[in-house]
Amino acid sequence: MSVMAHATAAQSGAGEATAKRGGWTPYWLLLPGLLWLVVFFIVPTVQLFTVSLQSQFPDYPGYYYRDVNVGNYATAFSQFLGHFGRSLFFAGLATIFGFLLGYPLAYAMAFKAGKWRNVMMICVIAPFFTSFILRTIAWRQILADEGPVVSTLKFLHVMPENGRITETAIAVVAGLTYNFLPFMVLPIYASLERADPRLIEAGGDLYANGFTTFRTVTLPLSMPGVLAGTLLTFIPAAGDYVNAELLGSDISTKMVGNVIESQFFKVPGGFPTAASLSFTLMALILVLVMVYVRRFGTEELV
Amino acid sequence: MAGNADALKNAQGDLRIESVTKRFGDFVAVDDLSLVVPRGSFFALLGPSGCGKTTMLRMIAGLEQPTLGRVLIGETDLTGSRPYERPVNTVFQSYALFPHLTIRDNVAFGPKRRKAADAEKQADEALALVQLSHLAARKPAQLSGGQQQRVAVARAIVNRPEVLLLDEPLGALDLKLRRQMQIELKRIQSEVGLTFVHVTHDQEEAMTMADTVAVMNEGRIEQMGPPEILYDLPRTPFVANFLGQTNLIPVTYGGRDGDWQRVSASGRTFQVAAARTNETSGALALGVRPEKVRIHETEPDGRGGLTSVIGPGTVADVSFTGVSTQYLVDVPGFGRWGVFEQNLDVERIDTRVGDTAWLSWDAGHSFVVTGGEELHAGMETIDEAAP
Repeated sequence: MSVMAHATAAQSGAGEATAKRGGWTPYWLLLPGLLWLVVFFIVPTVQLFTVSLQSQFPDYPGYYYRDVNVGNYATAFSQFLGHFGRSLFFAGLATIFGFLLGYPLAYAMAFKAGKWRNVMMICVIAPFFTSFILRTIAWRQILADEGPVVSTLKFLHVMPENGRITETAIAVVAGLTYNFLPFMVLPIYASLERADPRLIEAGGDLYANGFTTFRTVTLPLSMPGVLAGTLLTFIPAAGDYVNAELLGSDISTKMVGNVIESQFFKVPGGFPTAASLSFTLMALILVLVMVYVRRFGTEELV
Repeated sequence: MAGNADALKNAQGDLRIESVTKRFGDFVAVDDLSLVVPRGSFFALLGPSGCGKTTMLRMIAGLEQPTLGRVLIGETDLTGSRPYERPVNTVFQSYALFPHLTIRDNVAFGPKRRKAADAEKQADEALALVQLSHLAARKPAQLSGGQQQRVAVARAIVNRPEVLLLDEPLGALDLKLRRQMQIELKRIQSEVGLTFVHVTHDQEEAMTMADTVAVMNEGRIEQMGPPEILYDLPRTPFVANFLGQTNLIPVTYGGRDGDWQRVSASGRTFQVAAARTNETSGALALGVRPEKVRIHETEPDGRGGLTSVIGPGTVADVSFTGVSTQYLVDVPGFGRWGVFEQNLDVERIDTRVGDTAWLSWDAGHSFVVTGGEELHAGMETIDEAAP
């Protein structure tokens, strides 16, 4: 009896599978990607979250037990508030400078470059052919005390004799701006390139001079690109630690990324702190981005 | 300098194009073109794609500068000035509505740039004129093609420009909507009394809407005048073929009898009013519009009088279009002729393909233009897409 029932069930199951084969294909194709995400993103995130709530065994540094120790977050936040502020501030500056440098570049590429457009595009992308770390180390040479930038500035008496750029916030922000510039330029370029030139002509036809047309037509048209570019710059810049590590000082320019790194790898018993710092940073960026997108979101733009 | 800007902004009068030439590299888009568009008239620049009409329009708007010559409004020279300095607005072919602005803000764009205190009110009035007040808060993407077109018109006329340029404004609309918009645009033009310069490749549109039509070909104006006159008495084969259909046959000149000229072809002599004979030397062609031609099943008695007759020929095609029936008749020695006959009779049409037929027309309707190689210039424009 049970055997028969089993057989019937199997049969009907087979029938259904045949009928729905077309419907299941997309899910099968999604499976590798989903598995990848689960194994390398969801599981580590959950793991990190549990670590962020662990408590230390008293008297046994480096040993933890499972707990719901929200205090880790309070400690992390209060102890490293300055680093959070610095991270957001540096990332914000890098985003602003990136925008100021990147927009004219993207604009020139989209409207003025003509046959040089591809050359400019390669120039923007070419740095990606070398490692991020190497490029940042190169900046250390450029900004070094005996390097071309410092000696020129000293020659022009813009900088005091004992002044330096490396080990300062200037070097870190400069490095962040440089490293994330392509992420600013490319989305802005894409949206400008897509813009209908007739709309810009229409602005001129309707009594707007060059600057007014830019302010009222071109810039709003490129807002989706600006939004994407600023997010692609701000988010990784806020979590970055390479620039602060290689270009900044040991004390005054440390960002959250550096703290997380040292808590994980250098400070004994720093695991829960590092994990809670990571989570706080993630939440902070998420909230900021949501507010930003709400405010400047251009989903209505077609 | 400020005085100059004010002079440009307040320029009034006829639109005058003086010997304007525009070259793009080796290509001459507009070739020594001169014309005057009287203030307050509805003027159409008609021509096939690539004839230079849009380039001319862009030079009036200031989006291009002429290589040679001048563009004036009244006595004010606009040449060299920027688009935003000119009292000229354009309705773009693709409408070019700002996608990030609402309909009201689109229309108020011009008034706001001119620092009008009541920009919003002006915009609402312009939207009322095109009967779109109820859509003022929407974005352009939420509107249909016809509605977008009307917004584009409102956005231009709200500025009360001295000259309004329309660049194939109805090209993207379907036939029914196009007819509707033609009437709408005429109404708006007579209401606001601005000078309209309308660029189109659609001869019917040009003739329906404009007081004056200029037919352009290869950067030059072939003929200019009221649509009835252009249609009735074209001066070149290009105009004859481009403006509607024409039966054109090569003829030779035969001399003059008082008010009439004689021309002959294939052993037949035709009379043409002397005033309707544009040329009497060189290769000539005789033209008759198809609706002026009558079709007969038996040979009509027209010889000696002022009725011209050809035939017998063979009916090659009969197409019934409702208001009229169009015949194609092959007449030996005269080629293929088109005949449009209004369906006035009660009886059903019984002329069939293969039947023998004679054609006749009142000699007063004939005209003579230069013939030769130009005979087919301007033909087959029906299939041509907008540029």
